[in-house]
Amino acid sequence: MRAGSVGVVQAQSLRFAQPLALASGAQIADYSLMYETYGTLNADRSNAVLVCHALNASHHVAGRAADPPNSVGWWDNMIGPGKPVDTARFFVIGVNNLGSCFGSTGPMSPDPATGKPYGAHFPVVTVEDWVQSQARLADALGVERFAAVMGGSLGAMQALSWAIQFPDRIGHCVAIATTPRLSAQNIAFNDVARTAIQSDPDFHGGNFYAHGVVPRRGLRLARMIGHITYLSGDDMTEKFGRSRKGSNGSDDYQFGYGVEFEVESYLRYQGDKFSEYFDANTYLLITRALDYFDPAKDFDGDLVRALAPARCKFLLASFTTDWRFTPARAREVVQALIANEREVAYAEIDAPHGHDAFLLDDLRYHNVVRAYFERIAQDIAR
Amino acid sequence: MSAATLAGDSRNGRAAPGTRAAGAPPGNLRPDLSLIADWIGADVRVLDLGCGDGELLAYLRDARACRGYGVEIADAHVHVCVQRGVNVIQADLESGLRMFADRMFDAVVLSQTLQAMHKTEEILREMARVGRQGIVSFPNFGHWRHLLALLGGRMPVSPQMPYQWYDTPNIHLCTPNDFEILAAKLGFVITRRALLAENHPVKWLPSVRATLAVYQFEVR
Repeated sequence: MRAGSVGVVQAQSLRFAQPLALASGAQIADYSLMYETYGTLNADRSNAVLVCHALNASHHVAGRAADPPNSVGWWDNMIGPGKPVDTARFFVIGVNNLGSCFGSTGPMSPDPATGKPYGAHFPVVTVEDWVQSQARLADALGVERFAAVMGGSLGAMQALSWAIQFPDRIGHCVAIATTPRLSAQNIAFNDVARTAIQSDPDFHGGNFYAHGVVPRRGLRLARMIGHITYLSGDDMTEKFGRSRKGSNGSDDYQFGYGVEFEVESYLRYQGDKFSEYFDANTYLLITRALDYFDPAKDFDGDLVRALAPARCKFLLASFTTDWRFTPARAREVVQALIANEREVAYAEIDAPHGHDAFLLDDLRYHNVVRAYFERIAQDIAR
Repeated sequence: MSAATLAGDSRNGRAAPGTRAAGAPPGNLRPDLSLIADWIGADVRVLDLGCGDGELLAYLRDARACRGYGVEIADAHVHVCVQRGVNVIQADLESGLRMFADRMFDAVVLSQTLQAMHKTEEILREMARVGRQGIVSFPNFGHWRHLLALLGGRMPVSPQMPYQWYDTPNIHLCTPNDFEILAAKLGFVITRRALLAENHPVKWLPSVRATLAVYQFEVR
């Protein structure tokens, strides 16, 4: 086992036969969730931590997957033995959300009613629905109450929703790079991404599986636009500047429309890679879940009242160059928690990497999360 | 030294008993923070502006059953606050206290930070807005060593203000008299005052012998 890694992990699947009622009014009759666990659940079952994923991630949070071999978990720098979330002390669960495309039931799965992939017929699910399905997984794994539920970006929305929906089942909510709701600009970017997918002739209204094609061009474009919003302008300047692809030191323009700048090459590479593994319907579904998340909606936009049920303690962190979910958005959540006199620590990390910073190594950020989880471990030991 | 002597003189006829609330003694708490903790009392809501490593808030929580938040800008301090389990909000005080509602707190503390604020009046007004009482401490620029340095033609450098004029964060220095004039202008009523040197109250010529001034005020 590599030092600091949980080593090779085997994903597991759990089937839930009882129907799950969804926010839309629809229900899912029968579904499975893929998950991984790291560390050991202690005797009094008090050390469990749920990690919620963002748009394109999965249950594979830490360690190296058995399949595909050697793929490293998306938050491996955060979770493992001796890492900020120390698996020597905590029992960590990573789960792939309903409607995603990494083994949990989603648009690619067969609809029991027809035997064919759900495709466009897969019901729209919300952050609240995910939390409900995760609570059932917790039941099945014998976790009555999580020491903490944590996530970044969309994962942080799930953590906040846990605090609201299950106040008695969560001790700490760790929400990184979060927002109480998407802005018009955020929704606009999601709409451009969805339009790219939906206007790809290979999309076939979401039922492309039957045609044996994948709307690869649409997915690629969706990923490219998304990726720009995850980075900061300074970060892109630092990484690429105006460097040119294969220019061999020549400063001459090619006076054409091919890939000429490094940043173009990078974005296309990211787009191509993404279009090979991500499901187009899942992209629509998850971006819509992002759009819909707004716990204050049922309270005339009053986030204070929306967060009033929460009883847990909170850690929030934001990044100064994140223009997708800016620090000002995280501060809205902090302000509402203070108004409710909830316990909250808030770190505003001066990091250059934009929204993606929540996934990267940053000593100040990791130190704060480490310190917070050390407090949780002390609380558990008491 | 008892808390009562540390509390210094009382102003405006209000008693400053400095009676210690139920709970453990301050222990290793920095002496000026120990005085402030005594003024704050027990079982109240506290906001500590520029809370540093959370020493005061952790003490008030553990020994005085207080609840509260700290505001701090420095990463290293925020880290220690989180280690201590103190509710710390990483923010710049200059951008105001918008996160806090009117009269949310029983006490708002600004300890040895006033002199480094750009918007001195604004932070004091904000303190009065969010708290029922404010507590401010600052180094006394009128200390005789400072006056001596000025007579010698140099800006003072002292243990309280160990900076050269060109790299000091202390941009709004004042004397106790200066502060009292500003407090009156802002409509504050000073309810307690302590003028300290070496953490002891100064009775004789405090305006030139005290190194640190601590005030408690209310808005009537």
